[in-house]
Amino acid sequence: MLKQIEGSRAVAEGVALCRPQVICAYPITPQTHIVEELGALVKTGELHGCEFINVESEFAALSVAIGASAAGARAYTATSSQGLLYMTEAVYNASGMGLPIVMTLGNRAIGAPINIWNDHSDAMAIRDAGWIMLFAETNQEAIDLHIQAFRLAEELSTPVMVCVDGFILTHAYEQVEMPSQKEVDHFLPPFEPAQILDPNKPITLGALVGPEAFAEVRYLAHRKQLTAMERIPALAHEFAMNFARDSGGLFHPYKTEKAKTIIVAMGSVCGTIKDVADDMREAGHSVGVIALTTFRPFPFAQLRDALKGATKIIVIEKSLTAGMGGPLAAEIKLALGKSKQTLYSVIAGLGGRPITKDSIRGIVERVAHDELPDTTFLDLNWDVVNEAVGGAHTQLIEKHTNHKPKS
Amino acid sequence: MQEGTQRVKFYQTGTLTVGNRLLDVELRTVQATTDRSNAITSGHRACQGCGEALGARYALDAAMRASNGNMIAVNATGCLEVFSTPYPETSWTLPWLHSLFGNAAAVASGVAAALRTQGRHDIRVVAQGGDGGTTDIGFACLSGMFERNDDVLYICYDNQGYMNTGVQRSSATPPTARTATTPAIGGEPGNIFGTGKDVPRIAMAHEIPYVATASVADLHDLEAKVTKAMSMHGARYIHVFVPCPLGWGAPTNSTIRVARLASESALFPLFEAEHGEVIASSPIRKQVPVEDYLKTQNRFAHLFKPERDEERIAVLQQMADRNIKRYDLLREEVKA
Repeated sequence: MLKQIEGSRAVAEGVALCRPQVICAYPITPQTHIVEELGALVKTGELHGCEFINVESEFAALSVAIGASAAGARAYTATSSQGLLYMTEAVYNASGMGLPIVMTLGNRAIGAPINIWNDHSDAMAIRDAGWIMLFAETNQEAIDLHIQAFRLAEELSTPVMVCVDGFILTHAYEQVEMPSQKEVDHFLPPFEPAQILDPNKPITLGALVGPEAFAEVRYLAHRKQLTAMERIPALAHEFAMNFARDSGGLFHPYKTEKAKTIIVAMGSVCGTIKDVADDMREAGHSVGVIALTTFRPFPFAQLRDALKGATKIIVIEKSLTAGMGGPLAAEIKLALGKSKQTLYSVIAGLGGRPITKDSIRGIVERVAHDELPDTTFLDLNWDVVNEAVGGAHTQLIEKHTNHKPKS
Repeated sequence: MQEGTQRVKFYQTGTLTVGNRLLDVELRTVQATTDRSNAITSGHRACQGCGEALGARYALDAAMRASNGNMIAVNATGCLEVFSTPYPETSWTLPWLHSLFGNAAAVASGVAAALRTQGRHDIRVVAQGGDGGTTDIGFACLSGMFERNDDVLYICYDNQGYMNTGVQRSSATPPTARTATTPAIGGEPGNIFGTGKDVPRIAMAHEIPYVATASVADLHDLEAKVTKAMSMHGARYIHVFVPCPLGWGAPTNSTIRVARLASESALFPLFEAEHGEVIASSPIRKQVPVEDYLKTQNRFAHLFKPERDEERIAVLQQMADRNIKRYDLLREEVKA
């Protein structure tokens, strides 16, 4: 059914169609509307057979989900930013124990300075935690990825995080096609846990593992991710067969065939980038786009193949590893291996700074003229930077760095 | 007898302990029967004389009996978790889940929620942790579980410090006690006065259905309290006093005696509360001064040598006296 609704409501309705049995909620902007909607659906009985638990922190939210999942319930929660960091210990724990929890991450910057707006710093902070990480480009894809996420999580006994850009998607009203309960039930069978806490067949979950087996456990987690690399496109294909639209998969190539320049990005900004690509193609530039959906597992070989025709690759990403650069660019660089393609890393949209078509066009034009440095901070306000660099704090740092111990 | 050696004792002299066989059948400990549930089996790696291993065995066996074996245990990180589950071995004969140090109460809430939504109403949930995992790092999750009145019995095994990491101070460490992070040096040796928290009373402030303290000195009482807690629903809390011979500097065969002296000196009062009100306490049958308790452990040795620290011993006695008053521990027992 076509609906014109807010992204958060779309995600909530999509999650409800997946018949979760335990939902844990703790408010943090911008994911609040999602759990509010789900709470209302449980309270009205539209989502029945589900426990909705208001907890005291994000750490508790994921911990409750861990207990529920280990006891065989389909468990869901949502968070953002500081909330994700606050539950980080449990994030690693859920994947270590192979619990198929699905979590929405309403992507938001991480402080300090405190900032409620969108970027991908939160997702990047837990990229090594062993979760499958999917990035939605649109609200439609956000719905569809959740449906695929439960299926994937339960098939592989591993948690899945669906990243949805805070405000840009969560608070945007878009037309979406909401699947029917029948369609979702057909695609997503009831949860059959791989192992369950049952007094009739007691098991010990979460034992202490020493050096003799720890590396093997970690290797198996890696292997599971590699299996996911095969299952994700297969499930996206099956989804397309059932729901008659393309959603999910490893990535979405857009006009990449014979493109000399390809822009790689994740999430909602891909829409803007595709618009720029269309405009620039009309102006004679051969530009394509890859919207990366699956960030973990990272599709190295598939990306290398998709990018092989391009001579220049621009990675636009909403995160920064201070002292290193763009984490996504670093991984794309790894994917390219020994190729002679030129890679440009563009850090953009931090803390909700809008990424405009004009700015992207400027980047592509500078790349065309070989004018762009390896790493660029898009639309950086140099007045602010220079004021700080010349300020008292910088002088103090200089004083310390020039300090000579008395002999 | 040579210094440093002790004769093996098979029973505790000078106590009022009643032999199990002298009790009515229904009052006998669950451990006295051949069909006891054996929640935690032998072969685990606990230290000799471990109060926590003893407390956990009695508590969980009582809980298993009360639930006909239909229960799931959730464990915080700590000694109990480490010594019972060195992969690929396990001492647990019931379904058991360990997640993290600070989230046992929340994980248990999740298990209870899952059971509810699946209609597995006959299965009960018990969470357990040490004092660090309960009163410090797990305190937020514990309080959350309490205020939601989730259907979980949480048992804290209190050995008054972080023993698993090498005897550091926790918020359950008593004043003056020496730990690795409160050394017995300086102007105020050991843990300082005016710190720490009384989690049983904080639990009561949540007005949850049941709160009790218990001790390995009175295993029968521990079993009775666990059994009672298991007969109720909602959030329940039992705080069990479990001496740690290693961390406290006490002989491994003194665990029960040390625990008994803690209660008989009133430093660790035994009581029950329902919905925020104390409903019962165990009167002291043979009161001892706190120094009788303190002298049993090296962690308090600095209170007695090189000279007696009268001032600090007096303040500790005042703490005990306050417990006596608060829980009416020296009342005349009414004979039935």
